[in-house]
Amino acid sequence: MAEVKEAQEALPPVPADLQDERLINQVGLVPALHQFWNRLRGGDLGSLPVVLGLLIICTVFYLIEPRFLSSFTLVSMTVFAAPVGIIALGIVLVLLLGEIDLSVGSVSGFTAACMAVLVVNEGTSMFVGLAAGILIGVAIGVLYAVLHTQLGVPSFVFSLAGLLAFQGGLLYVLGKDGTINLPSDSSLVQFAKFGFISEGLAYFLVFAITAVYVGSQVWGRYRREKAGLSNSWWVWLVLKAVALFAGLAWLTWYLYIDRGWSKVWLLFAALVVVMDLLLRKTKWGRHLFAVGGNEEAARRAGIKVDRTYLSVFVLCSALAALGGLMSAGVLTTVSQSSGTTDTNLTAIAAAVIGGTSLFGGRGSAYSAMLGIVVLQAIQTGLNMTNVDSSVRFMVTGGVLLLAVAIDSISRRARSSSGRG
Amino acid sequence: MSSLTKDAPVRDVVLSLAGVSKRFGAVQALTDVHLEVAAGEVVALVGDNGAGKSTLVKVISGVYQPDAGDIELAGRHIHVGGPRQAQVLGIATVFQDLALCDNLDVVANLFLGQERLVGPVINEVEMETAAWKLLRSLSAKIPSVRIPIASLSGGQRQTVAIARALVGSPKVVMLDEPTAALGVAQTAEVLNLIERLRDNGLAVILVSHNMADVQAVADRIVVLRLGRNTAEFRVEDATTEELVAAITGASDNVVAARQQRKGGEHG
Repeated sequence: MAEVKEAQEALPPVPADLQDERLINQVGLVPALHQFWNRLRGGDLGSLPVVLGLLIICTVFYLIEPRFLSSFTLVSMTVFAAPVGIIALGIVLVLLLGEIDLSVGSVSGFTAACMAVLVVNEGTSMFVGLAAGILIGVAIGVLYAVLHTQLGVPSFVFSLAGLLAFQGGLLYVLGKDGTINLPSDSSLVQFAKFGFISEGLAYFLVFAITAVYVGSQVWGRYRREKAGLSNSWWVWLVLKAVALFAGLAWLTWYLYIDRGWSKVWLLFAALVVVMDLLLRKTKWGRHLFAVGGNEEAARRAGIKVDRTYLSVFVLCSALAALGGLMSAGVLTTVSQSSGTTDTNLTAIAAAVIGGTSLFGGRGSAYSAMLGIVVLQAIQTGLNMTNVDSSVRFMVTGGVLLLAVAIDSISRRARSSSGRG
Repeated sequence: MSSLTKDAPVRDVVLSLAGVSKRFGAVQALTDVHLEVAAGEVVALVGDNGAGKSTLVKVISGVYQPDAGDIELAGRHIHVGGPRQAQVLGIATVFQDLALCDNLDVVANLFLGQERLVGPVINEVEMETAAWKLLRSLSAKIPSVRIPIASLSGGQRQTVAIARALVGSPKVVMLDEPTAALGVAQTAEVLNLIERLRDNGLAVILVSHNMADVQAVADRIVVLRLGRNTAEFRVEDATTEELVAAITGASDNVVAARQQRKGGEHG
């Protein structure tokens, strides 16, 4: 066995983190599979249920309607999923704190309406309109944070109030017309609806992403080795890098049979990647997880808890505003139904379905992306198979319930196997 | 108060409190409390429920602000504005309920609030190396620092909590009921840990209900009752009966009884 020999050769300088005799050797294929199985049994399901669910959904719809997996459908799905995905990313942050924001849909509609009124009715530039929309989102976030940290109003209550108030705001701002159409030559519509990057740039990005991933991983392993710490089995890194490159390259090839990668989806993906890095690699992210896990402990450790709440509520509302603006761009219109209950619950459901716990302190930025892909797949699939929208709501509700049930069960499995 | 033994510590005093008072509405939680801890000394703070131990700990750690009184650290008058400031000043507290985040791993918990950074990014490698160094110096038995706190035993969690108090290289460490929820072997482990802190030259304040633990590791025992200093013992001089008497407030009666008996012998 090559691994065993390698382990013996590496024996004399045992890494600082592997000196405890109770630790089980984790290098090689069999121990890795064992570890994976133990993690599953311990309730640490990660994104496995979602990925399995997505595979089942895709297979079923493909068997009923083969056009479901065509390039055209997939490209359209990315365009329509991205705005709600951006909103769901904000929800992930709020859920990580163990809070909830029910008003993101209304906020997205309201800010989009403000932008539309400014740009179309008042004739300001698109930049001013977008900036105003985002700023209104930021202001709403500040208001929420003050309500939560200074007055102690539960997030469920103030966001429910916000849901109603900003829906009213949407109707008020739109006035008697009720609908504002954005001109199709406006930069927002051009970006969100008709914006696709060139095929060459797409392949360059695939190479660049893989290179950056491998580079950062190798650099991290080098630093750990220099500090006398162990590394995971190097074969995993190779496999992951190959899978990442092959997956992205294949998707790129397949999407460019049609229009290719949409700019609005890439904006969403970039936001997810940046948010993931912020959550895992910075002090702010670490403190966010700490506050979500045990607020009192975080406070006693000297973390400025109120500031964490402020940053999260502001980011959530600002992302909701950005999502609303992008949604307006994709649909080329802002109407009285912009960002109503459907958007709200889809965004929240996406975050939960993607694997972010409702109980706080557990989740990742990528769950927004996974969750919205699942929900968009269900929606598109049901539309293509001519199922009534009544059934679509029921199915989405069922999937949300299933996701929360999995979250609750895995939480119980974690506490019984000592993983908190 | 007259019942206090006023033998000043010979070693250099690190933390000293004088005349500290704190009231909550109509309740006078602390009245004119004083306390001194020297480097390399374990001072046990004992008292019944509601004696003001936890209030005093919270005053020292900056959670509460005292209404009156003076706190000196290494001879300098200080004002502890909050938990963060206490950390910066070199006063570390291990709270009774541990205050660990179950969802984070050992390294993240150890350095929570004082993460090491390279630029804007958390330096995980440096933190992990430092965590191992710290845990080994305490002879702590933690198998891996990359597992969530929730999977550790009670004694291991207490060890992590104490180790975390040492991250900022403090001068004073306060432990609030560190052995309350622990088994026999784990209690012994924690007591060993406290002795190691003292041997490293730290000033240790130990709050406990357990007389056996207190007598096992403390150098001096300070008794609080109803928010006042009632007695202070050197550990060699204190018997369990005397301690219990001082804690419960029956000490006056015992002293009176002794004096009466002695007076009877003379007369």
